Amino acid sequence: MAADAEAVEQVKSIGEQYKYGFVTDIEIEFAPKGLNEDIVRLISEKKEEPEWMLEWRLKAYRHWLTMEEPKWQKPQYPAIDYQDSYYYAAPKSGDKPKSLDEVDPKLLETYEKLGIPLREQEVLAGVEGAPMVAVDAVFDSVSVATTYKKKLEEQGIIFCSISEAVREHPELVKQYLGSVVPYSDNYFATLNSAVFTDGSFVYIPKGTRCPMELSTYFRINAENTGQFERTLIIADEGSYVSYLEGCTAPQRDENQLHAAVVELVTLDDAEIKYSTVQNWYPGDENGKGGIYNFVTKRAACRGKNSKVSWTQVETGSAITWKYPSCILQGDNSVGEFYSVAITNNAQLADTGTKMIHIGKNTRSRIISKGISAGNADQTYRGLVRIQRGASGARNYTQCDSLLIGDKCGAHTVPYIESQNPSAQVEHEATTSSIGDDQLFYCLQRGMDEEEAVALIVNGFCKEVLQTLPMEFAVEAQKLVGISLEGSVG
Amino acid sequence: MALLEIRNLHATVDDKPIINGLDLTIGGGEVHAIMGPNGSGKSTLSYVLSGRAGYEVTEGEVLFDGKNLLEMEADERAREGVFLAFQYPVEIPGVTGITFLRTAVNAVRQHHGEAPFDAMDFVKFVREKAAGLNVSDDMLKRAVNTGFSGGEKKRMEILQMAALDPKLAILDETDSGLDIDALKVVADGVNAMRTKERGLLVITHYQRLLDYIVPDHVHVLAKGRIVKSGGKELALELEESGYAEFLEDAA
Repeated sequence: MAADAEAVEQVKSIGEQYKYGFVTDIEIEFAPKGLNEDIVRLISEKKEEPEWMLEWRLKAYRHWLTMEEPKWQKPQYPAIDYQDSYYYAAPKSGDKPKSLDEVDPKLLETYEKLGIPLREQEVLAGVEGAPMVAVDAVFDSVSVATTYKKKLEEQGIIFCSISEAVREHPELVKQYLGSVVPYSDNYFATLNSAVFTDGSFVYIPKGTRCPMELSTYFRINAENTGQFERTLIIADEGSYVSYLEGCTAPQRDENQLHAAVVELVTLDDAEIKYSTVQNWYPGDENGKGGIYNFVTKRAACRGKNSKVSWTQVETGSAITWKYPSCILQGDNSVGEFYSVAITNNAQLADTGTKMIHIGKNTRSRIISKGISAGNADQTYRGLVRIQRGASGARNYTQCDSLLIGDKCGAHTVPYIESQNPSAQVEHEATTSSIGDDQLFYCLQRGMDEEEAVALIVNGFCKEVLQTLPMEFAVEAQKLVGISLEGSVG
Repeated sequence: MALLEIRNLHATVDDKPIINGLDLTIGGGEVHAIMGPNGSGKSTLSYVLSGRAGYEVTEGEVLFDGKNLLEMEADERAREGVFLAFQYPVEIPGVTGITFLRTAVNAVRQHHGEAPFDAMDFVKFVREKAAGLNVSDDMLKRAVNTGFSGGEKKRMEILQMAALDPKLAILDETDSGLDIDALKVVADGVNAMRTKERGLLVITHYQRLLDYIVPDHVHVLAKGRIVKSGGKELALELEESGYAEFLEDAA
């Protein structure tokens, strides 16, 4: 094609297009580089944690020392030097602000640039009927602000940073932390258990429908810093919450590790809808820099008729490696996984889900849309396990891959294990490329190539994008277009 | 100045010559029909004019509204006012007709320095255009051409043409796959768009369509060249005699 040379140019310029790649110039307090028991103690101390929390961290740390980094994944990466990283970085002034007025204006500016409203009054002053979103903003290792806390408290809803929850609601944290992802679960989850610095905590009381979207915004700013956030959400009997997490990081030449753990618990008749828009810095077009996004996300549907729905839009990170999963313990419980993963240039992804059917008549649904462009390589890896007692269990899985160009790859690795003859498991998979005819059809109607690709890919992802909360769906659609800029020639 | 002026056009597909020295001039307000047997280069001509990748022009020139058309990319030609109604409209799963149309119309509007439509205004705009074409709101909410019947696809093409308001519309075998009722709806839609300024190039294998969209000029295309031109009566003659004589002549 005549446009090839041009396309190459466009692809080259992509690394410069990550619009969240700015650095906030702010005074940061670091713990010394490296990882040892003293660092773990220091983090615990900084967070003013009770003894039991420190003990749990140390147990995890000691266990971590005995573990080996897994190697079974498809994306390979150079060995990480765990001693060459900071495990605690906090904006000096932003340590424990009582109100937003005490937060460093530079931080507020950062979130403004990112489009995250932290000032409730500004949100309230907006158009009447505009959706309210409560936000917990995490900057490197600390939570800077949680909005709408008061309003939520009126209904008994707890929404705060995990550090605060450890101090203020120890009985809940003690009961549930590590109950879905044990401290010994896997290499990165264990590391997280030892050194997690912040994250969000949500508790929705019995019979309560959370009146607004809850949202956490993660931002890695400091150099050579790993971000280990920990999120714990508990939906008590008959409750409902919709939660969204978003992430960005500055553009840096070094790789930065992000090893988060998210645990969700639903009791009888409760439902959690968890949406992620992940846009960490993906590295430049040659694969230099970018975030290693190695995350453990798992939900336990403990109660009968409970439901967890994961939606993820993964467009960032140099390497994405995660499998948001559901353990369907309660009878009639439902697990859903909707995923859009876009990899461009040198990005790599190995992502999917695990649905473990334990209770009777449990149902799961997996819709995965993978888009690869440039030299990117992507793997869907999923496990559907029907245990002996899960009579009447049903699963439906659909994995569609879309390839743009001829240098990228897509792989599908579904594992299906069934120990119950009454279970029904369906798996469908397709691989396609953006057809020349589709592209030409759009061009002939006056759209330029980027617009055309964004339109076609958004159509391809529609089933997943429409599961996002309204106010984020539009953003996600734009992000799809931005992530693929210049990928077609 | 003519709207479209094609001079000594030669074009290849996969290095195989398909168009071999074609001349054609279309003035504003004129309807030209190109007829010809299968493999004569009819569809290739429509793709060459609209700038599809893989259709290589090896010789000749094409002026559109005084501008060198061949220098423009496909999308630029579209924004400048060249519209192709596809013989086989393409399915775009997951993209609703209304979104597709709005993206297209706004791209063209912005090219001409006009403000893009917001969603509400656009619905109003499209409904007006759609009314005469028997295109319902429901059809606009479905994914573009996905699961459409032949008639629905062609009506959607004509709706796009009406919405984009091109200077030159090329209809590539628009009659294929249509029953007589659907053909009438489509032809009425096209006739409603005949203006003093707009040029129409109707490509067809059969004379049938030309009963409804009556051309000013008819050309016979064989082996990549126009071998005979005449008025609308030429189409009737061809219906009688077939294309055999032109195939021999050109051979």
